[in-house]
Parts: sequence; C-alpha cells; structure tokens
Amino acid sequence: MVNFTVDGKNISAAEGTMLLEAIRGAGISIPTLCAHEAVSRSGACRMCVVEIKKGNRTRIVTSCLYPVEEGLVVNTKSDRVLNVRRLVMELLLARCPDSEVIRKMAEEMGVEPQARFIPDTDKGKCILCRSCVRVCEEIVGVSAIGLFGRGPQKQVGTPYNEKSDVCIGCGACAYVCPTGHIEMTSTGDKRQIWGRTFKMQACAKCGKFFAPIDQLKFISKKTGAPLEELKICPECR
Amino acid sequence: MNENPDTQARQIIDNLTIYYGPKKKFVAICAGTGCRASGSLKVKEALEAELKKQNLNVDVLATGCLGFCEKGPMVVVHPDKYFYQHVKVEDVPEIVSKTVAKGEVISRLLYRHPETQKALFREEDLPFYKKQLRVVFGKNGMINPEKIEDYFAIDGYQALAKVLSEMTPEAVIAEVKKAGLRGRGGGGFPAAVKWEGVRKAHGEPKYVIANGDEGDPGAYMDRSLMEGNPHSIIEGMIIGAYAVGAHEGYIYVRNEYPMAVKHLSLAIEAARDNGLLGKNILGTDFSFDIQINKGAGAFVCGESSALFASIEGRAGEPRAKYVHAVERGLYDKPTVLNNVETWANVPLIINKGADWYASIGTEGSKGTKIFSLVGKINNTGLIEVPMGTTLYEIIYDMGGGIPNGRKFKAVQTGGPSGGCIPERLLDLPVDFDRLTEVGSMMGSGGMIVMDDTSCMVDVARYFTGFLQEESCGKCVPCREGIRRMKAILDDICSGKGREGDVELLEKIATGIADGSLCALGGSAPNPVLSTIRYFREEYDAHIREHRCPAGVCKALITYNIDPDKCTGCTLCSKVCPVQAISGEKKRAHRIDAEKCTRCGACMESCKFDAIFVK
Repeated sequence: MVNFTVDGKNISAAEGTMLLEAIRGAGISIPTLCAHEAVSRSGACRMCVVEIKKGNRTRIVTSCLYPVEEGLVVNTKSDRVLNVRRLVMELLLARCPDSEVIRKMAEEMGVEPQARFIPDTDKGKCILCRSCVRVCEEIVGVSAIGLFGRGPQKQVGTPYNEKSDVCIGCGACAYVCPTGHIEMTSTGDKRQIWGRTFKMQACAKCGKFFAPIDQLKFISKKTGAPLEELKICPECR
Repeated sequence: MNENPDTQARQIIDNLTIYYGPKKKFVAICAGTGCRASGSLKVKEALEAELKKQNLNVDVLATGCLGFCEKGPMVVVHPDKYFYQHVKVEDVPEIVSKTVAKGEVISRLLYRHPETQKALFREEDLPFYKKQLRVVFGKNGMINPEKIEDYFAIDGYQALAKVLSEMTPEAVIAEVKKAGLRGRGGGGFPAAVKWEGVRKAHGEPKYVIANGDEGDPGAYMDRSLMEGNPHSIIEGMIIGAYAVGAHEGYIYVRNEYPMAVKHLSLAIEAARDNGLLGKNILGTDFSFDIQINKGAGAFVCGESSALFASIEGRAGEPRAKYVHAVERGLYDKPTVLNNVETWANVPLIINKGADWYASIGTEGSKGTKIFSLVGKINNTGLIEVPMGTTLYEIIYDMGGGIPNGRKFKAVQTGGPSGGCIPERLLDLPVDFDRLTEVGSMMGSGGMIVMDDTSCMVDVARYFTGFLQEESCGKCVPCREGIRRMKAILDDICSGKGREGDVELLEKIATGIADGSLCALGGSAPNPVLSTIRYFREEYDAHIREHRCPAGVCKALITYNIDPDKCTGCTLCSKVCPVQAISGEKKRAHRIDAEKCTRCGACMESCKFDAIFVK
C-alpha cells in the first residue's frame, strides 16, 4: 500500500491506483468530465486537477492520470486548483451554452458565464472529451469516428464528414457522451446516427427492434457466433 | 588491422581520415538558405567557371550558413580570409584575378564599420563576429556539408573514435555531466541526467532522437546547423547512443526544410558508407543507425510526447508526462530526445574536454548558444555567444543596433511563447535561468527585436494568434483559453477594450499556464503576461483612451495631412487605393477618415513628410 495525504487527511491506496480513484475512495469529491470508466484516459478536460507537493516543489496535475506516490501531499482545493477548474468551466459554458450538463455543473460550482466570452453557436454540446472516439476504437474496435482539425477547429466526426463505411450503428459513442452531443434516433426498424440510417433487427422471439443488423453481423464475424443466434434479443436469449 | 579492440576504433578513423587535413587555399561561399535566396549559387557557379578560365586549381566550398545573413551573398577567400559582402556575379572575375591569384584585397567588397567607415578585412574584425564565440556554428564556414571528407578534415568523428576506443558509456555520461550541458531546445534540462535515466531504464530497444522541429517564427538556427554541419549532429547522436545503450535513432525534421532533409540524408548515407553508422561501428561491437522522420509542420510536434506520437504515425498530440520519456518515450520505450544543437555540442565536449566546456558561460548555463537575431535590427543573422552575454551586447555590439535611427523598445526571446523584455533589462546576461526570471525563456534561441513602431498589445495579439492556431486542441485551457485571450486582444486593438480586460487576461493566462496539458499551453500566456508586466501603459492607452501609442492598431489611428507641409503635389491621392485623398493641385490635400483603410501607402509616397499618424 502507498501512503499519502489529501487535504491534510492520511490516505492509503494500492500501488498503481490513480489519485482520482484514491481521493474519491476517501470520500473527497473531484469533478470530472472526460474520465469515463469504459475507456482509457486522456487528461483532456482538466477538471480533475489537483495540486501536489513533492519536496519543495508544487505542481498542478490531472488526478485521473497521476498514480499514487508514497509521501505525496495533495491539495484538492487550493486557489490554483480552483482557478483552473473555474476557468475550464467558464470556457466550456462559452463553448457549449446549450449543454445542460455543463450548466448544472457550473451552477454546482458557483461559476457564472463569463460576460466577456461570446458564446459559440457552432460547437453544439461537444466538449471534445474524446470518450466517443476512444470507445469506438478501444471497445467497439471499428474507429468509425476520430478527431480532426487543430486548435479551435478541432472536432469529432467521421473521416471527411462523409458517411462511414465501418460504422455499425451500435451507438456506444452516444452512450458514453457526457453532454448528449451525439444524436442518435431510433424509430421502428430504423436508427440514424452520424448521417447514416441503419436497418434494425427485429427479435426472432418478441419481435422488438433491438440492434442494427450491421452490428449483429459485426459481432458474428468477430466472435464466430452464428448470425441466426444473434437475431434473438438479449432479454429473450 | 589492430588486434587490440580498445584502440581499433582509433586506428580505423585514422586510416579513414589520414588524407584529409585542414584546407588552406580555398574560396568559401555561403550557400545557406538566406544567401541562396540572394543569389549565392549563381556566384558559386561563376567562381568555379572563372577559376577554371584563369587556370587556378583552387576549390570553391559551398558552405552552410555563415551567420551574417544581412550581408549575403558572402565570400571568404582563404588563406587570407578576406571577407566580401553582397557579392554579385560581376564581381567574380576581379575576385579571382586579384584576391585568389595575387592575394590583393578588393576594397569595395569589404565590410565597412558603420561609424568609422573604415574597411574591415577579415571576418574576425567585423563587430558582428568579434564578440561571438563560434565553437559550434563557426565550423560551417570550413565545410561543404554534402561532403563527409570536409568534416573529416576538421577533426570530424575524432570524438566518436575517442569515445569508442577510450571511454566507457558511464565515462561519457560523466563527461557530459561535468561539462554542464543543458538542452538547447527550450527547457534547459541537463542532458546527462536524461542520458543517465535512459542508461539505467529497463526496456529494449532504447531510442535516441534529435529534435529538429524548429517552428518559431523568425528562428532558423537549427535549420542552419542541419543544413550546414549535419555530421556534427550525427556524431553527437552516435556518442549519445553509445552512452545510453541505444541502437536506433531518429532525426525529426520538418519537411519544409528540404535542404536540411537533403544534407542530413546525404550525411547519414556517407556515415554508413564509412562504417560510422550501422553494424559494428568502427570495428567495435557497438551498432547504431539513424532514420529521418519528416514532420508535417505542426508547431506542437516539437513537444516531446507529440513528437513521439508523430513518429509513431499518430496525430501529433501531447500526452500527460507523469512517466518520463527516459522510461517510456517513443513506442513506450526509454528514449533520449535532445535538440539538434544539443547534439552538435557533444563532439565538442568530448574533443576539448568537460573542463574547457564548463569554463564557458555562467554558473548555471555552460557553453555557447546560437541565437537568430531578426526584426528591427541592423545585422540580421545568426550569432553564437557564450552563455551570459548581455542582451545589450547582442543587440548593439553584434546586432548593430536599431535601423533608421529608431528607438529600441523590446526584444522577444524564446519564440512565440517567450516574453518581451524591455529596454531597462538590456543588461541582463542571457542564460536559461535569468530569462525565466524576467518572464521570458531561452526557447530554442529566437530573438525578435522591436522598435518604437511596434505596438506591444499588437505583438501580444500576433503571438497569441499564432499559438491559437498551433494549439493541438486536446485540452480545454489551451484550446479554448488561448482563443478567448485572442478575442479580448482583438477587441483591445480595435478600440473595444473594456475596463478590467487586463485583469481578466491575467486571470485566464494564469489558468492556462497552470491547467494546460503540455508546455505549449504552459508557456502560451507568456507574450500576454510579459507585455502586461512591462508595457501596461500601452494596454491602458488602448482601453481607456482608445489610442495606440505606437500608431499601429488601425482602428485607433487616423492618417492626417499637415497643411503647412503639403505642397499639393497630388502624389498621395494617386497612390491611395480607395480614393480617400482629395484636394486641388498645389493646395493642401485632406484624407477622408471614413474611406481611409490605414494602409499607409500615402505616407510612404509623400516626399515632404506631410502625412502623419495620430
């Protein structure tokens, strides 16, 4: 076990644990936006920053990526930490004024929209946390979407914003999206996502439309399970 | 062949280089990118043809950059080392018949001291070169970078032979540590500490990389080193690879530096052909090879983890570096990444010894540093000075001061994310730590000089705009914060600044510096913070008085005609692209501020100084 202090409290955690989990485990809350349990971490949103002290040196690190260290002194509420979090919140409020998740989070933190920032109208609710891109690559394994552009022009999408040949319409990206930016609509035997319309499979037993046919074909190919077996919905299986 | 493995490397290099000694009689012509642009290749061809015509068996050496770019094309005639500036093809027959053949000097081609007008004969007499210590960069003038033989002739690969025949890897690291070599790419991290870390790190293979991703506006010292002396970088890398136990190396260079790519490629090939790269280098059991990786020109790829991602074929985005590159760098393997200039210093340390090296510079920063001196400065070019040289010496003694009798205002060091240093700090000795103390940084060594016609808010706006475009966009503070700062600076420069904007800028800047993922964001606020720190009154003039004191910000200035000076020559009304100037012939004219686009064409055209900016 590794022993360290957080806000003056002694904490111990198994080696290799990230500060975020260790600190939350001790009942101290830390806000996050881009850390999703299903995917690897990128440290993109910077909400989870904490101030660490080693010897005489203090620095700001993202707790989601920093492994616990013996003797580390962690401050989760220093002025520097709160200043970074407030700035991130103000910046995201200006980027995604329509996101309820962001607005609610800001409200909880007592952060008001910065009057000097003109709210964006072209970014939707996307905060570029990249959870969608990671789930598509790491969990689904198709990499139908990615990040493109640089700096303020960066965005998530399919290559060249064209209809993706490899997308299976599984909707994992929409599921992990923290702000509800990714639109997926399923009506009857059709599902629409990323500009494509997928035909849904009706359950061979209950008749409910439960998954895109492309997704079932992909699972069959990947796992070797016969497609016919997969045509029964999980509840009836 | 010598049977003793310890001295075998020495024996082989001696056999390789025995025929090459320092050349005595030759004509060097600068064929660096700057001089090529001013026509040096034509002069070179003319020199070769003329020497043949006059039956003179003298070599013409097309060298890399000689540094004094302002005076190009430059020709240096050895052995007398007469230095000729602004040489044209028409000058060539005389240079050959007089200087090369008879050793006579041609007075009109000599550099003249700007104050005394005295003609100066040799490079070392010129004020530009006099205070320099060109131990790394000066060798450019002695070699054709396309020929390994030329490098052999100036003791090239002697350091490698010494290392392979006399030194253990640990001894090499100890020597570099004792020399006090710090990374020239910006951070100033002690090179030997990195090397030691990689030597001790677990994991194979280990990598050695040279960072040639120079992207600062106005900076070209790394390019000139890669173009002008590629073998010095390669030799340094081989020594580094031996020290840390690496067998694979990369040079990361921008594809928009085609000559650097070409010269490095030729040098790598020649080194392989001579047994200096590849398997069993110089007959020892040490093997190492280098590949070139061409970058696509993203500024952020100079950042170590983004550079690794780029070599690995992924988008150039940095990642959190809580585990250091010495343990997990390229392909998650132990990696030494040093700037090309750092590598070029290594053979020097081995050849001349750590004590010699450590005797140059300041307590915390040893050796020399190459700077590119650009902007409002008389002697544009590249200089190499001992660490600790003052800004004043650099700008006035070497740089020759500010052109057109204008007044110095600030110098920006360290590239786009460096800071602007004001006149009162000109006595600052330039080294890693002192530059950081005053809110700027060494960076890779760019220096942009500004005079009183530069608006410091506009300067901050320019660099913030550059960084906004070059942010990779991964983390929120850098991607969103820099563009919000830029928008506020845009407002201030267009007269829409508000009370409290400066304090808000400072608050955003602090958050970006603290909260960003990598050093690009970490240092991005420097231009804003340093100009607020030293030129706050200019921000206030823009915001409170809607006035741009330097007369730069278009929305805040008007062009006016002094009726007492105007002769009514009508020239200004003819050059005005938007017909904003009216008036009768021989009567004072006037400018319609509504129509005027503030292009300044009228002011440039006026022969009577009648047009002024308010």
